[in-house]
Amino acid sequence: MGEQSPASAGYQQPPPRMGFFTDTSVCIGCKACEVACKEWNQVPDDGLNLLGMSFDNTGGLSANTWRHVAFIEQPRNGDTGSGMRWLMSSDVCKHCTRAACLDVCPTGALFRTEFGTVVVQEDICNGCGYCIPACPYGVIDQRRGDGRAWKCTLCYDRLKADLTPACAKACPTASIQYGPLEELRERAQARLEQLHEAGETSARLYGHDPDDGVGGAGAFFLLLDEPEVYGLPPDPVVTTRDLPAMWRRAGLAALTMAAAAVVAFLGRRP
Amino acid sequence: MNASGTGDQGRGTRGTRRETQDQGTRPDRRGEGTRRERRDAVVVPEAEFRSYYGRPIIKAPVWRYDIPAYLFTGGLAAGSALVAAGGDLTGRPALRRAGRLTTLAALSASTYFLINDLGRPERFHHMLRVAKPTSPMSVGSWILAAFGATAGPAAVSELAPLLPRRGPLGLVRRLAPSAGRVAGIGAAMIAPALATYTGVLLADTAVPSWHEAYPELPFIFAGSALASAAGAGLIAAPVEQTSPLRRLALAGAAIELAGAHSVETRLGLLSEPYTTGRAGRLLRAGRTLTALGVAGALLGRRSRVVSALSGAALLTASALTRFGIFAGGVRSAEDPKYTVGPQRNRLTGRENGRERR
Repeated sequence: MGEQSPASAGYQQPPPRMGFFTDTSVCIGCKACEVACKEWNQVPDDGLNLLGMSFDNTGGLSANTWRHVAFIEQPRNGDTGSGMRWLMSSDVCKHCTRAACLDVCPTGALFRTEFGTVVVQEDICNGCGYCIPACPYGVIDQRRGDGRAWKCTLCYDRLKADLTPACAKACPTASIQYGPLEELRERAQARLEQLHEAGETSARLYGHDPDDGVGGAGAFFLLLDEPEVYGLPPDPVVTTRDLPAMWRRAGLAALTMAAAAVVAFLGRRP
Repeated sequence: MNASGTGDQGRGTRGTRRETQDQGTRPDRRGEGTRRERRDAVVVPEAEFRSYYGRPIIKAPVWRYDIPAYLFTGGLAAGSALVAAGGDLTGRPALRRAGRLTTLAALSASTYFLINDLGRPERFHHMLRVAKPTSPMSVGSWILAAFGATAGPAAVSELAPLLPRRGPLGLVRRLAPSAGRVAGIGAAMIAPALATYTGVLLADTAVPSWHEAYPELPFIFAGSALASAAGAGLIAAPVEQTSPLRRLALAGAAIELAGAHSVETRLGLLSEPYTTGRAGRLLRAGRTLTALGVAGALLGRRSRVVSALSGAALLTASALTRFGIFAGGVRSAEDPKYTVGPQRNRLTGRENGRERR
């Protein structure tokens, strides 16, 4: 993790940073992760919807969906057999190293845990909604009828009790792997090489790189196509990276405004 | 079931996207153009992109009308505080009074809108439990609190003539003008921050057309704030005292229109949400009314009626601009092409740069 990483957030001798590695090449789309998450975290239902686009009737992550399984049906390259392939992928909050939701939260409701994860304190959140458009992945959302913002906690309560998060525990194919982030990154690299050797050249890691726009994700993925096919942004950047430049522009605009007012009042009387 | 595209043109497989990019004659212009440009055979490649069933990638803001309304009232409060201080210091009592009372009214409306928009309004005071420079909303809450603590007393001091001339209240009555002046100058010093931080508030999000417009947004809002405050003053004050307001209207409109023109033309694909649909209509209407308002303010300097009508046009224009900028950002969040296209081009550019090296 490194002592200087923003993910360590000033904790004295924190436990190792924990995260998820979601290997979508072995996801079978059973949605056990979605169900286990709802059960453990007592997340309300998100309606009985038939979206009519695939086996995915959830659509995406939301205040009431903290794990979401995407189903992508596409023509197979270099047609063999059926000519189609299914891509399935369980999406989740990325628990970014540089988390925009956390940066912009004006109440301090969002905080960095000792495990390097990002969690909303439900007794503090006042539902200002700022974190929602700040997230470059569209993860966090406002719960209707409740007003507050909700998202995956990486099962903070279970982590504190040294338990595996519910989704990873329920995953029957080890598509969702939980553990110290450093270890997961090594495991992911080995798996990527294995797939490349087996001829699955479309395999790529997503969110694993500590030098990417969010400083690396705490929950990263092995994908079999471009990220946008799974509904993920291809090159996410934490919006607050440009904040110093933004404040400078605002300062310049404020000076311009004050100068305009002074000039307007100092001008001669007609 | 085609996971690789959206709507009428997003069905690009990897092949078509690469092809269209290769056709580009302006490869460093982010490789995207509007549909109209394509039809006119200006060879700016369409942003072919892939998505998950055309669903948005980022979440659009859940903010309702309260937030664009606050952008307007907050700007009006800030601009009016400058008008009030200017009127006070240059011996124009009608401007001082109108400015202070407009500030108080607009500030009250702002507070209402901000609290009303919260998912948990009863927890509004949680905004002041921390001070976070990384959160423009936290910074803004503190700016607004400081502004209220100065603009409020300045406005209240206008009520002093209602107090009796004698006794302890008579003393308050005599001290009120100087206390009001100190408070009013304090408010005027905070006002530019109040009018411009909202540009950072919108830009500091993943909303593509807001974020990329960060250099312009504070200027648009500063100009719009000045124009709206000049408009309010033109309605409230007699024409003999309003010559600074006419200059202020002109300056504000110029700053606002220059900024708006820039976001409508500079951002490539991300300018599109500001020029089309609801946002485009709002911004065009705002621009027309701004022009009419400024023309009326400059030409109708002898007529109270023309001045007041010009003022109303400027106020309406400012509100339309705020709602237009807001709507443009929301539109850019709702369509994944605005998220995927620029990011994909950024990646491609980085890869090309690496190859060249």
